[in-house]
Amino acid sequence: MTEQPLAPALRPFEGLGRWAIAIVESLGRFGGFLAQAVAALVTPPFKLWPLIGRINYIGFRSLLIILLTGAFTGMVLGLQIFLTLSRFGAEAFLGPAVALSIIRELGPVLAALMVTGRAGSALTAELGIMRITEQVDALTVMALSPMRYLVVPSLLAGLITFPLMTALFDLIGIFGGYLVGVELLGLSQGTYWGEMQTFVNRGDIMIGFWKSLSFGVIVTWVCTYKGFHVSRGAEGVAQATTQAVVLSSVLILVWDYFLGSVLP
Amino acid sequence: MIKVDGLRKSFHGQPVLRGIDLEVPDGSITIIIGRSGGGKSVFLKHLLGLLRPDSGRIEVGGVDLARLSGRRLDEVRKRYGVVFQGGALFDSMTCRDNVAFPLREKLRLPRPEIDKRVGTALERVGLAAIGDKYPEEVSGGMRKRVAIARALVTEPEIVFFDEPTTGLDPVLVNTIHQLIVDLHRHSRFTAVMVSHEIPEIFDIADRVGMLHEGRIVEIGPPAAIQGSQNPIVRQFIRGEPDPQA
Ligand SMILES: Nc1ncnc2c1ncn2[C@@H]1O[C@H](COP(=O)(O)OP(=O)(O)OP(=O)(O)O)[C@@H](O)[C@H]1O
Ligand SMILES: [Mg+2]
Repeated sequence: MTEQPLAPALRPFEGLGRWAIAIVESLGRFGGFLAQAVAALVTPPFKLWPLIGRINYIGFRSLLIILLTGAFTGMVLGLQIFLTLSRFGAEAFLGPAVALSIIRELGPVLAALMVTGRAGSALTAELGIMRITEQVDALTVMALSPMRYLVVPSLLAGLITFPLMTALFDLIGIFGGYLVGVELLGLSQGTYWGEMQTFVNRGDIMIGFWKSLSFGVIVTWVCTYKGFHVSRGAEGVAQATTQAVVLSSVLILVWDYFLGSVLP
Repeated sequence: MIKVDGLRKSFHGQPVLRGIDLEVPDGSITIIIGRSGGGKSVFLKHLLGLLRPDSGRIEVGGVDLARLSGRRLDEVRKRYGVVFQGGALFDSMTCRDNVAFPLREKLRLPRPEIDKRVGTALERVGLAAIGDKYPEEVSGGMRKRVAIARALVTEPEIVFFDEPTTGLDPVLVNTIHQLIVDLHRHSRFTAVMVSHEIPEIFDIADRVGMLHEGRIVEIGPPAAIQGSQNPIVRQFIRGEPDPQA
């Protein structure tokens, strides 16, 4: 294949074309990676111990940060929403307002962002180091699929832990709102919980659930993909880790908006 | 038998392998020597199916690796044992678990059998007492020996060694060479080894091949290589400085 040099006026378009091709190619690799992982996920043998290890790594060890951020998010919301509602004399609706914003939006999104920072980055770094020290190759030449051993457990753990972490975040957050609204600002306890029960329904909870489930896939997918494709030594690992966190966070927010607009 | 024919590979337009031809007879120890950065590890990775050639054939037991993928490639790899240049031990596992890993996951042996074989393998490399230390807690030489134990514990038909002794003290170099010879005598695997240890390798190799500028410029029994008239080979085994450098 010979390439004709382009007229100078067209050069910028050539660059643009290359860039577009590169993007499409990397999207293809990115998608192919998930397809391979899913294929490995649904074919036996299943590995229980690595999965438990990953649940511990992604979920259990993120508990403290989830508790902390959940509590303060709820408290901040309690304060701000109370102040806003009191201008209309509608403080009674503090309970549902706090609960709905946490269950539908803030719980899934903030929990996912926190877990990304705590566990996602570590996941990328760990896989990246395994890649550059040839541990991934060592698995491959043992005829053992690195997908099955290194990626599938993280993906499954993401699916299991993200909804649980989100549920925990929601509970703690709503309780934080209660602390500020009821204990501090003097709203009646019955109003806070009662109005919540009236206005929050199953649909709201399901939205939060679907969001957290899909964030679990997004974060583990992005972070394992980035770790798996590290090259160029320690600097490559550092770069991949940053990219994994940034890309996960952006995708979480974009996907959150998308789901928010298509789900009822 | 491993038979490589016209193997070529470039990275980003830079040729690294420029047509490698090589035959490795069953049961022999073939050692590849050559300048650092000359493409020895890249060549080994082709034999392992980790890199795909731009052109050429890599026959292992009559099938062309370059055309295999997925499960059929894994069938070939099940006969392999590999010692990577850096050891490539799993750093999340103890040394003992590293050696047990292929037995557990690849051969799926029962627990008592695994313990027995791991014990023997560690004893053979002189590390019976390594216990539950992690790879980063032991010395470089011990790591290399654990890597050798892990590669050989499954009793593979073909073993690849990428510089198993580089960076070790002379006593350890000879210990590991002796170890490889003993293990080879014991289980008659086919070995392909990359090494810089001159002259020690001439005592253990059946054949020595010199890789230079992407080609095997000379291959033969140790005596023939030591007495080679080829200036490139002579310069290399005498360690003369490069006039062009
Ligand atoms: N994945 C890769 N991408 C690009 N270039 C590579 C890659 N792997 C190896 N190379 C290049 O190929 C050449 C040969 O590298 P290789 O690791 O095979 O050398 P070597 O003979 O094993 O050296 P040493 O004795 O130091 O281990 C080097 O110039 C290296 O930069
Ligand atoms: Mg090398």
